[in-house]
Amino acid sequence: MEDEGVVKKFLYLNRKAPYGSIYALESLEVVLIGAAFDQDVSLAFIDDGVYQLKKNQQTSVTSGIGVKDFSKTYRALEGYDVEKLYVDKKTMEERGLSTDDLLVPVEVLDDAQMAELMEQQDVVLSF
Amino acid sequence: MLLHTVNKSPFDRNSLENCLRFAQKGHSILLFEDGIYGALTGTRFETLLKGALKSYNIYVLVPDIQARGMRTENVIDGIKSTDYAGFVDLVAENKTVQAWL
Amino acid sequence: MKFAILVNEGPYQHQASDSAYQFTQAALKKGHEIFRVFFYHDGVNNASRLTVPPQDDRHIVNRWSELAKAHNLDLVVCIAAAQRRGMLDENEAKRNGKDANNIAEGFRISGLGQLIEAGIQSERLVVFGD
Repeated sequence: MEDEGVVKKFLYLNRKAPYGSIYALESLEVVLIGAAFDQDVSLAFIDDGVYQLKKNQQTSVTSGIGVKDFSKTYRALEGYDVEKLYVDKKTMEERGLSTDDLLVPVEVLDDAQMAELMEQQDVVLSF
Repeated sequence: MLLHTVNKSPFDRNSLENCLRFAQKGHSILLFEDGIYGALTGTRFETLLKGALKSYNIYVLVPDIQARGMRTENVIDGIKSTDYAGFVDLVAENKTVQAWL
Repeated sequence: MKFAILVNEGPYQHQASDSAYQFTQAALKKGHEIFRVFFYHDGVNNASRLTVPPQDDRHIVNRWSELAKAHNLDLVVCIAAAQRRGMLDENEAKRNGKDANNIAEGFRISGLGQLIEAGIQSERLVVFGD
């Protein structure tokens, strides 16, 4: 499966909230599979995408909205060497969120820093 | 260099506004599908786009304008008209393509 | 130049598949190589052999199949996304004890690794979605 030698910068751009649509979950599935390819991976959460990382998500197939809570998987990303998670500062402020509200450690980037991150990428997967 | 693609109407979503927030000077932006509504004069986004033209190369996909009954004559001055072949060239000319879905 | 295409939406509901098709055609016409077209999320529905659009409309599925045949395109449907949406090829139908399969000619079902590989192997990846 792995392409030896080639390391590209992959950015997963997440801008959609979880549960209302499947993009967040299926994006995470790409991240997990992609981890096996040993690429230089970053995840950016902008707009409602930051809600994917909200603590205390409570639902399961048999309770709540009847959909599995997949948020714990974000905590497992570290084990896959996916450690660069970034959130947009303005997004957080607009939503009254702080990093304490999120279930994983993230780095908060301002406009210029986020723009720089995007500029460096080879492949951007938008969800 | 980056090519940003925006396929959403600015009246519907904030894709265009956020694209403009993160695009760097000299980047290219392609408005297509419902994104073309942002390229036209007489809307509340005209001023935003006119300002953005100072920093970015902005393109609009003509087949999407025509399909929607909008007039290419009403495209804001400075926004360049293109077609699918031009879209392909833009992708080839830029290192990375970033879709603002 | 070598391009990869990602289609994230199904046929007819969104313009994504139409735009991706027009783009792919234009790229081929210009002599570029399409390394792979990967169908994800509801995009997997672009591969349904059972699609029956009205006669005066474009046939999105057949259009992809024909383009694949003419240019030897690799059209890959994500297996995980396909299975949860009832899209099965012959092998998967058998393996899951289903009485039918519905993948159109020219498409193949495979894993998400194919998307990552397309990102690595291609010089550009273009995403079409909603």
